[in-house]
Amino acid sequence: MSNLAKFKIDGVECMAEAGKFIVEAARENGIFIPTLCNMPGVKPQGACRVCTVRINGRLMTACTTPIGDGMEIESNKPDLIDIRKSIVELLFVSGNHFCPACEKSGDCELQALGYLYQMMVPRYPYDFPLREVDASSPYIIKDQNRCIMCKRCIKSVKDEEGRSYFAFHNRGDKLEVVLDKVLGESMDKQTAEKAMESCPVGSILVKEKGFAKPIGTRKFDRKPIGSDVKL
Amino acid sequence: MSKPVIATTSLAGCFGCHMSILDIDERILQLFDLVEFNKSPIDDIKKFTKPVDIGIIEGGCCNSENVEVLKDFRKNCKILISLGECAIMGGLPALRNGIPVEECLHEAYIGGPTVQLNTKHILPNDDELPMLLDKVYPCHEIVKIDYYLPGCPPRADLIWDALVALITGDPLKLPYELIKFD
Ligand code: SF4
Ligand code: SF4
Repeated sequence: MSNLAKFKIDGVECMAEAGKFIVEAARENGIFIPTLCNMPGVKPQGACRVCTVRINGRLMTACTTPIGDGMEIESNKPDLIDIRKSIVELLFVSGNHFCPACEKSGDCELQALGYLYQMMVPRYPYDFPLREVDASSPYIIKDQNRCIMCKRCIKSVKDEEGRSYFAFHNRGDKLEVVLDKVLGESMDKQTAEKAMESCPVGSILVKEKGFAKPIGTRKFDRKPIGSDVKL
Repeated sequence: MSKPVIATTSLAGCFGCHMSILDIDERILQLFDLVEFNKSPIDDIKKFTKPVDIGIIEGGCCNSENVEVLKDFRKNCKILISLGECAIMGGLPALRNGIPVEECLHEAYIGGPTVQLNTKHILPNDDELPMLLDKVYPCHEIVKIDYYLPGCPPRADLIWDALVALITGDPLKLPYELIKFD
């Protein structure tokens, strides 16, 4: 077992296969590092930076940094928690997140991070951008108000030929993730369900499926995000 | 020592947050032992009659009257609390943010599918009516707010725990289930 790396997270001794990404390695050792743009089975991209940790005094994204032997990682430190919280707050103010009217409320990972960090009010002013809702596809609704542009849908929802149903459109502050008009037409119900699941927020919804679970039974109603990470 | 004084108001809200205050159930009797209510829809006192310790604001600011009331609360209350999503981030009324006011008024009074009786196509424009603001503002973008209690509505237990902590000075421990944005 020569490729095992010993490392520490906040002083706790851990062990994992060398070269594994820190988020995964931490998870195997019962330690939760929050993520948003990351998803199992898809190459990590380090886009949202919610998984920021500190290694040798430098801030790194735990989803893209491989574990090395002897690494000392800081994760649950007050200043790092505040950095993560501020990213969550930025995502809230830069879109239109009306949680009380959102079909994904209770199952939303962005909201769950707001709960985890007890976000009572974002420290930044609300932008209230004007965004469109595209309901032209037969099975899904793409609500741009809630898109955090994490690319999870682009990377994971593809047809048999490997073409993505979703793609970036425009640039700069006009940038959005849209459903491909042609592919969207032929998207079946199963793929629509997969697309909704791939989205950490409520930007991709399966039509006629909102508010299916009663309050109290949704994913993050009673247990914080990351509660499943245990030894 | 005299009891702490509380005032409450509903700006651009639906009164759901006030209903949630009433949702503390029989603890309301304890609350009346602990505090005295001043200006509030709960006792129907319309004007501040003395300095207030804790002002509770439901709803954001969608018109000039909301702004005036909010500023009056800031002037008369030592501590101001934004209660609920509308006060904190504009809430559902803020769905109109980003859409020009003229378009909103047109939809509501002239072009909307449910507009039938307004045959003369009149937009409300009386001096008695407060002016609509260009968008719905969270309270803390108008005056300084001291504390925030999220939720739509905020859970009754959250309101109770927060008020008791404020009144007694005891530290506030918030269980996970009490902080929700819906
Ligand atoms: S996507 Fe998540 S954070 Fe945004 S409104 Fe819906 S529940 Fe709230
Ligand atoms: S639609 Fe959802 S999954 Fe796709 S980029 Fe936007 S937030 Fe991410």
